[in-house]
Formats: sequence, structure tokens, C-alpha cells
Amino acid sequence: MTDSAIKVSDNVVAVAPTLEDESGFSYQLKRFTIGLLKSFWATFRKMPISIKVATVWLLAISFGALFASWLPIQDPVCQLNLPLPCTGGNLAAKWEGPSTSNFLGTDTLSRDTFSRIVFGAQVSLGVVVGAVGIGMTIGGISGALVGFVRGKTESVVMSIIDIILAFPPLVLLLALASSVENRTIWFVAGIIGVLSIPQYTRVARANALAVSRREFVMAAEAMGTKRSTILFKEVLPNVLPILVAYAMVVAARVIVVEGALAFLNLSVPLPKPSWGSMINESRADIKQTLLPTLWPSLALIFTVLSLNMVGDWLQRRGAGRSAAL
Amino acid sequence: MREVLVSRLIRLFATIMVVTMLSFVISTFLPGDQVSAILGIAERTPEIEAQIREEYHLNDSIPVQYWYWLTDAVQGELGPTIPGIPVATDIKNRIPITAELTLVAIGLAVFFAVPLGILGAYKEGTWIDKVTSALAQFFLSIPNYVLAIFLGYFISVKLNWLPNSGWNRISNGLTGNLKTVALPAISIAMAEIAVFSRLVRSDMIGTLKENYVLSARAKGLSNRYILFRHALRNSSLSLITVVGLTIGSLLGGTVIIEQIFAIPGLGKRMIDAISQRDVYMVQGIVVFISVVYVLLNFLVDMLYLYIDPRIRSRRG
Repeated sequence: MTDSAIKVSDNVVAVAPTLEDESGFSYQLKRFTIGLLKSFWATFRKMPISIKVATVWLLAISFGALFASWLPIQDPVCQLNLPLPCTGGNLAAKWEGPSTSNFLGTDTLSRDTFSRIVFGAQVSLGVVVGAVGIGMTIGGISGALVGFVRGKTESVVMSIIDIILAFPPLVLLLALASSVENRTIWFVAGIIGVLSIPQYTRVARANALAVSRREFVMAAEAMGTKRSTILFKEVLPNVLPILVAYAMVVAARVIVVEGALAFLNLSVPLPKPSWGSMINESRADIKQTLLPTLWPSLALIFTVLSLNMVGDWLQRRGAGRSAAL
Repeated sequence: MREVLVSRLIRLFATIMVVTMLSFVISTFLPGDQVSAILGIAERTPEIEAQIREEYHLNDSIPVQYWYWLTDAVQGELGPTIPGIPVATDIKNRIPITAELTLVAIGLAVFFAVPLGILGAYKEGTWIDKVTSALAQFFLSIPNYVLAIFLGYFISVKLNWLPNSGWNRISNGLTGNLKTVALPAISIAMAEIAVFSRLVRSDMIGTLKENYVLSARAKGLSNRYILFRHALRNSSLSLITVVGLTIGSLLGGTVIIEQIFAIPGLGKRMIDAISQRDVYMVQGIVVFISVVYVLLNFLVDMLYLYIDPRIRSRRG
């Protein structure tokens, strides 16, 4: 204790007593989370008001999707005349307008629209996270690799990419989706993710090509750094911001595609709510009531619009930064 | 030039082989079984089933089945379908519908997108540019199936101007045909207008900074002449590419629109076939659309080569 006190007075190491804790996992996690939140807040403060609104919307639906099961909302599959007991206790009639118990009213089967939208966000966002995760990891690493290494590897990888791109994407997706009957969120995310790999590969490759010619990569090569180290420490970190901004725009497309699959009953099976299947289910009664179709459509449009706006903004910002580099 | 063409043709052939092979393999995973697809509602006994399995080579390995299928396919035979019509005939009857829908949508999109894009580029940075860009962003974010439903609701259900569903063939009169094609085509075109006009705008902004545009200005040429004769010509190259590629992807992308408006095109048939477990029909449509897609991409590539002399000399 005296030892560290001397150090503090010497103004050299002020945090000496906590030295043992720093290696702990929970401490690292805390530091990482705080760092992430700080950089998020720094970015958020620079956003123009429209982008801020979009970000808040995305955060709100992510929160809803994550904690849907614990939120004090109605049961999303509970119906009035269902013989099964309902835990949520939603006993409204069909096509009811917005009220205090049913925020956005009820649908054709007297289910609560608001909670169906919140639970539907689980499917939409789950598929986005899965699909973007798969696409960005495999596509990003393979693209950065072939852009950096080039040679035979590049021609092999790029011809596989060309084969995937030779298919009309939506038709291939429909064929793949219909080949399995018990579709889980992860299956849907998997097929969309695999089909989106080529786009990430192309973006990552183009940027890795540019980065590989930069002075700092040449310097690392001149110093005799291992190729794999250069790839992961120099090339990938510089490709990543561009890839993330691009991923936001792809995420918007993934949501539209998942909605399309759900609309055609080829996403997760009913009665699990998904925005696309909600729109499809209620459009038959659009002459009687517009609201059950309108709400999920608005949720879908706002989410896609927000992702596009934030993605565009990040891309423009990234373009400015890499030009200044 | 000829060498380029030959190597491209070889690549085209290889791509078609790979694409048909993969679509064939994927469709063997489809739920549903070929025997009932062939039999339909006819009586099914073990003997008949064995006979059909033998006749249609269903007991062979997948590569062998693919070979039998391929030899039939080149002769225009894609297998039987549940209502008793050959798959190839059914597809052939539906091609004009999906093709018309696609072409009308693309035509509408180009017609509105080019002037909007030019306007945005010419007025770059002004409020006109900002408003059109924001609108483009907005329409880009509306999935075409959502737009289709609300267009149908307001135009057909509320105002009763146009029919909400169905299809009139051109042979039954052009007005009736145009009435049924209008709403689906507009629903598809909206997002494409946004894509195309953004493209024209950014391309034109680049072109307008070129030296030859400056010298045209210095010569005292009128703005309209510069915009349309000099700038648009050079910017049209990327537009042609994107339009070509969009036509290809729309062939599969009309699926939901056809479903919403009950249009008996290829896309709707594919969805129906999926729910009827009509294996041969799904397989036929997937292979057909994929091959058309490959061919269209090839044509766009060749057109590009033909229009832009720089690319021709670099590769040839």
C-alpha cells in the first residue's frame, strides 16, 4: 500500500492497487463496453437530427426485440375464441381500434397488433443479425484475403463468387427456402447470409486492393512482418469501417427480403409473428380495416429507411475519412 | 474482338451448365415427390409407382438423373405437371405476362428517372436536388410489396379507378390490358426510379466536371444541348448496364407483385407450384429463369463491349 502511495505521489502509476483486477475477464468486458458506449456516443453526437431519429428508432426496436418476452405487453398469439388458455389475457374482439389495452388495435384473429410487431421484430432483426454476421464474416475475410494475397487464391474464390452471382437471387432464395419445411430463424438467416456473401467479398476485395498499396502496408512488409499479421492487423482494420457502413445498407435489403419470404409464407412458420406475414395475413381484410396492415408496413418502412439513412451517413463519413488518410 | 467473343461464349456455356446443374440438385431437395407430381389424382398402387419410378429414372443416382433431365430439357421437355399440361408449355404460356410486366415497369422507371437524375445533377446542392434525393431515399426504402398493397387500397378499393387484381391479355384488347398492368408496374417501378435517378445524378455530376463539358460551355453551347448531347450520352453507359441487370433480377422479383395482384405469370405459378409440391414445375421455372438471367447478363456484357470502344480495345 505504501508502495503504491509513493507511486501516486510521484504521479507515475495512479491505478496500481487495481493491477490484479485488470487481467480479469469482467474488467476487460467492462472496459470494452464502456469504450464501445463512449465511441457510440461520440458518433451519435455528430449526427444530424434525421440520422439521430433513425438511430433512436433502430435502438428502440432492437430493445423491443431483445426483451420482448419480459416486456409488459399482450401475448402475440392470444386470440379471443381460442379454446386454449391464454396467459396474456388478451380478450379483445377482432379489428378493434387503438385502446389502452391494445395500443395499435387488434388483427383479424383478435390478436394484439402492438405485441405482434414487437415479437415480429425478433424475427426481422434476428435474421438481419444472423445474415449480416455470416455474410460479413465470410465475405469480408475472404474478400480482404484475396485482395491482399491475389494470385491463384483470388481467381478460385472469385469464380465461386461468380457462380453464386450467376443465379437470379430471389428465385434461388425461394427454391432454397421451400426445400426445408421447419424453417427456423437461423435457417432463414443462413440462406440469406450465404447468398449475400458475394457482395461483401467484392466490397472487401476492392478496398483491400487499395489498402494493400498504402505506405503502412509496404512498411510492414519491408520490416518482414508475417503476411497473416499484416492481413489481420493492417489490412482488415482498414477495410472494416467501410464494410460496416456497407453492412447497414445490406441489412436494409435483408429486412425487405425476409419480409418478402414471410409474405409468401416461406420464412418462419405461422403463427410466429413476422412483419411480412402480418402484412400478408391482414391484407385480405383491407377493405374492412386498414390498420392491421398499416402498422406492420410502417414498422417495416421505418426500419428499412433508418438502416439506409444511417448506412449512407456512415459511408459518406467513411469516404471522407479514408480520403483524408 | 472475335477472340473475346469466343472466350465469352465458352464461359457462357460453362455458366449455363453449372447453373442448370445446381438448380437441378437444389430442386431434388424440394418437399414433395415426383411420383405424385406425375400421377396427379390418378390411382396409386405399388406396381404403378414402381413402373413410374422405372420410366422416369427416379431410382438412378442424381448425376444420372441430371443427364436424363438435361437431354430432355434441350429438346424442350421439362416434365409433366399436376393439371396434366407439360411444364414447358405452361411456362411458355406465362412468359408474355411476366415479360410485359417487367418491361412496362422498367420503361416507366427509365422514363421518369432520367429527367429527374439530370435535374438533380444540374441543380446540384440546391433545394430541388435535396428534395428529389430525399424522395429517392424514401421510395428506395419502401418494399414494392408494401407499396403494391397500399396502391391497390387507395386506387382500386377507395377510388375504384383500376382493377385490384387479375390480368387481361393484350389479345383481349389493349385498354383492358393496360388497366391491369398499371398498378403492378407502378409498384415495381417506384423503387427503380429511385435507383436509376440516383445513378444518373451521380454519373452526370462527374461528367459535368469533365474538360470537354467546360470547352462546350466556352464555345457558348446551350445548357440543354450540353446536358443531353454531351453529358447524358456519356452517362448512359452505366444506366444501360444497371437497367439490363435489373431486367434480369426482376424476372424473379415480380413473384410477390404477381401474387398480390393475382397475375398468372411465372412468379405466381412458381409459388403455387411450391405449395402444391409440384416438383417438376418448380424445377422447370427455377431453371428457366436462371438461364434467362444468365443470358441477359451475357447480353448486357456484350452490349457494353460494343458501346464502349475503350473496353473493346483493352480486352481485345
